Amino acid sequence: MSVAKDPYIELRDVVFSRGERRIFDGLSLQIPKGKVTAIMGPSGTGKTTLLRLIGGQLKPEAGTVMVAGESVPDLGRKALYRLREKMGMLFQSGALFTDLSVFENVAFPIRVHTRLPDDMIRDIVLMKLEAVGLRGARDLMPAQLSGGMTRRAALARSIALDPELIMYDEPFAGQDPIAMGVVVKLIRDLNASMGLTSVLVSHDVPESLSICHYACIVSGGRIIGDGTPEELQNHPSDEVQQFLKGRPDGPVPFHFPSVDAAADWGIAGPGQYGDGQ
Amino acid sequence: MINRIVVFGRHGREMIESVGRAGQFLFGALAGVPDPRVGFPLLVRQIYSVGVLSLAIIVVSGLFIGMVLGLQGYTILSDYGSEAAIGQMIALTLVRELGPVVTALLFAGRAGSALTAEIGLMKATEQLSSMEMMGVDPLRRVIAPRFWAGFLSVPVLAAIFSVVGIWGGMLVGVEWLGVFEGSYWGNMQSSVSFTTDVLNGVVKSVVFGFVCTWIAVYQGYDCVPTSAGISSATTKTVVFSSLAVLGLDFVLTAVMFGDF
Repeated sequence: MSVAKDPYIELRDVVFSRGERRIFDGLSLQIPKGKVTAIMGPSGTGKTTLLRLIGGQLKPEAGTVMVAGESVPDLGRKALYRLREKMGMLFQSGALFTDLSVFENVAFPIRVHTRLPDDMIRDIVLMKLEAVGLRGARDLMPAQLSGGMTRRAALARSIALDPELIMYDEPFAGQDPIAMGVVVKLIRDLNASMGLTSVLVSHDVPESLSICHYACIVSGGRIIGDGTPEELQNHPSDEVQQFLKGRPDGPVPFHFPSVDAAADWGIAGPGQYGDGQ
Repeated sequence: MINRIVVFGRHGREMIESVGRAGQFLFGALAGVPDPRVGFPLLVRQIYSVGVLSLAIIVVSGLFIGMVLGLQGYTILSDYGSEAAIGQMIALTLVRELGPVVTALLFAGRAGSALTAEIGLMKATEQLSSMEMMGVDPLRRVIAPRFWAGFLSVPVLAAIFSVVGIWGGMLVGVEWLGVFEGSYWGNMQSSVSFTTDVLNGVVKSVVFGFVCTWIAVYQGYDCVPTSAGISSATTKTVVFSSLAVLGLDFVLTAVMFGDF
């Protein structure tokens, strides 16, 4: 990615593996402050892993992960938890606490990290729920919410402490068009009104490109393309274009690597009968 | 042959690693001074969940085991004309052995498996991860209250089990089979020692409570976050807890009552 003037997050030469599989092999990335940055890529390329590295839930084998000027892997438990108070994260499943109502879910981080009186907590929670359009659903339990409402309630919870950074893990996955439109609007509006630094991980190309200031595409453990949405649309790489246009075959092959098909089905290959037979 | 030794060694190493991880996990959950403002309500809620809600199975099991002991004890002792000692036999059996052991086994099946499944599901649905990302340590917020609740509940449940069992034995021995009530209670009073029998039984139930709850919360936290993983972890909780209780019971009995 082109060097940002004021990066809020910086990953440099990050190496990370899961078992024998190398997920990132020297990945470097800068995420500018106050902007929406989309990280896109095919499923299984480690986009969520990238968010977990930024949040300090995983540690890289090599390289540095800097957030708000602090080296995340080197932070002790207390310092890391203090840094996380500046972060919000919207999980793919919403991850609402199933034994708490929508109101109590949003109030949870406020109750844990502040000693505000109950009436003030109530006002803050209702403001956050109003921002996502769920003030009327405050007394519902998570099991009573639709998928879209769950994600909006989780979004209200992730902004409860007015974070500086918010990370969205696949916010559009499994949403109907209306719910997707609502989430797109919320991400854009929240970023503008709260001055957040937003990191959006998704493989939904049109939605992501419609709201991000910058985007990068991760594949095979490295960044294969980055820039503004317009720059990406005109990117010369076949791999980038295959992902953006959703082509089924290309640099990323349709077929999973396998042995020769003729050998698999036990039929003689062309070499045995001669060409053309 | 060499391969078998290698496999055996690998399993041994994995088991030691697992015990080490479980120890680290427990230390992480219990280290530090908890905030009573936050911790006490969580503890009370968990005691209700794992302790109070286990009362029904404990009381019913205690009653029937006491009644069976009364019936069997009477049949055997009456052959020797010693049916008056039935109260002593039932009380010692329950207080020393069956109270702590059966309570721990029932606790592992009813509350331990529920703890594992609950924590495993919280992991699978990313609730534990979201807590971490909010700057809240799930070990202290989720694991510690559940551990303490189990640890405190098992000795109380074991005591209730023994009391109900003694009462059930009296129902059969005295009310049904006609043993003199004064003998039932008098022999029990004269032969059951508070320090030797009751306190040792309490020590056993404390140890079993610690081990069963530790296994349950660790299996939940360490499980593979899929439906198959949670199912496997729940099974492991019941199997490991049962084996640990029975094995430890032998060791503790040998130390407490063995006359070497």
